[in-house]
Amino acid sequence: MIYVHIFWSFLIANLLGYGGGPATIPLIQNEVVNHYHWMSVSEFGDVLAIANALPGPIATKMGGYIGYQLGGVLGAILALIATILPSALAVILLFKFVNLFKGNPKVALMTKSVQPIIFILLAVMAYQFFLTAYEKSGIFHLVLLAVVSYFALIRFKMHPSLLIVGCLIYGGVFLS
Amino acid sequence: MLYWYKKGENQLKTYLELAIGFARTGVTGYGGGPSTIPLIEHEAVKKYKWMNEQEFVEILALANTLPGPIATKMAAYIGYKVKGYSGATVAILTHILPSIIAMIALLGVLYSYKESPIVSGMVQGVTPVIGFMLLEMAYRFFQNGRKGLGFPIMLTLSIVSLVIVQFLGVHPGILIAVFLIAAFIIADRKEKAAKTAAELLLHRKEKSS
Repeated sequence: MIYVHIFWSFLIANLLGYGGGPATIPLIQNEVVNHYHWMSVSEFGDVLAIANALPGPIATKMGGYIGYQLGGVLGAILALIATILPSALAVILLFKFVNLFKGNPKVALMTKSVQPIIFILLAVMAYQFFLTAYEKSGIFHLVLLAVVSYFALIRFKMHPSLLIVGCLIYGGVFLS
Repeated sequence: MLYWYKKGENQLKTYLELAIGFARTGVTGYGGGPSTIPLIEHEAVKKYKWMNEQEFVEILALANTLPGPIATKMAAYIGYKVKGYSGATVAILTHILPSIIAMIALLGVLYSYKESPIVSGMVQGVTPVIGFMLLEMAYRFFQNGRKGLGFPIMLTLSIVSLVIVQFLGVHPGILIAVFLIAAFIIADRKEKAAKTAAELLLHRKEKSS
């Protein structure tokens, strides 16, 4: 039964995620944390942190790892098939009718209409992570690390993996 | 005999190029699928010349209209174009596997020391960073929506989404489906209205001339 649930939850999250891998993250969280209770918000956060520190597409890293945790290699394979196969097949098939879809105003408006929902889902997730950080390490470390993240990523365009490794070290030294 | 041997060698070379191209983009692209797109373009257009720039841009536009991760959609199409369904399989697998294996190994190490206060401190150190990255992503989606829908509509729909998903606890999938259907109907009506308006204009011009 767990295999059916793994397959179903990653299928749903990726079929509904308009806007590439990052748009599917809150939908994956919704299935994995809120619906099936396979992991807590903070465990999901650890997985997301490591996934962000590594290169490559984010949706398949999440699917591969969570599937592996829940159902071993078979679980990982099922989660990956559910993540990739529907949209990969669709893009190959659709290309045969390319002119029907390219610049179609219906498709354009449909893509735009989903943006507010994805925005809210991501904003709520960000809030949950800030809340966890506030409860566990206090306001001082939260504000400090958030401000450092802002300068590192936005102002200095630093590599995200460098920032994550830096904050892992900071946490290991000052927050343990 | 020699011909078949040569042909086999060429086929192998094409698969190998697909594998190298997509493995390279998979392990060097940071920040999720969308940030690997320029790297994939470099391999597909400039290095291996699987397609020209124009075709790449067309596929990208098409792939963006579909849901799901963008990098694997591109890998699927490019692999398919070069070597059919087996080419698509090779491109996708070489693109995603290295990072997934690295992830399982890294988290395995981290979790085997889960009880250690140092590891729990490390997790705490990274939590605000993830919060910030999500916030930045949220901001990007907000900007996209504001450009596409205009500020008042974007704000209204965002508040509606917040209330329905967060406070009423409706599954976001249901809301997404409703929004998609509504957008389809609205765009359909606009198209029809534009058509009748154009016809009317044509009619008047004919009359006046």
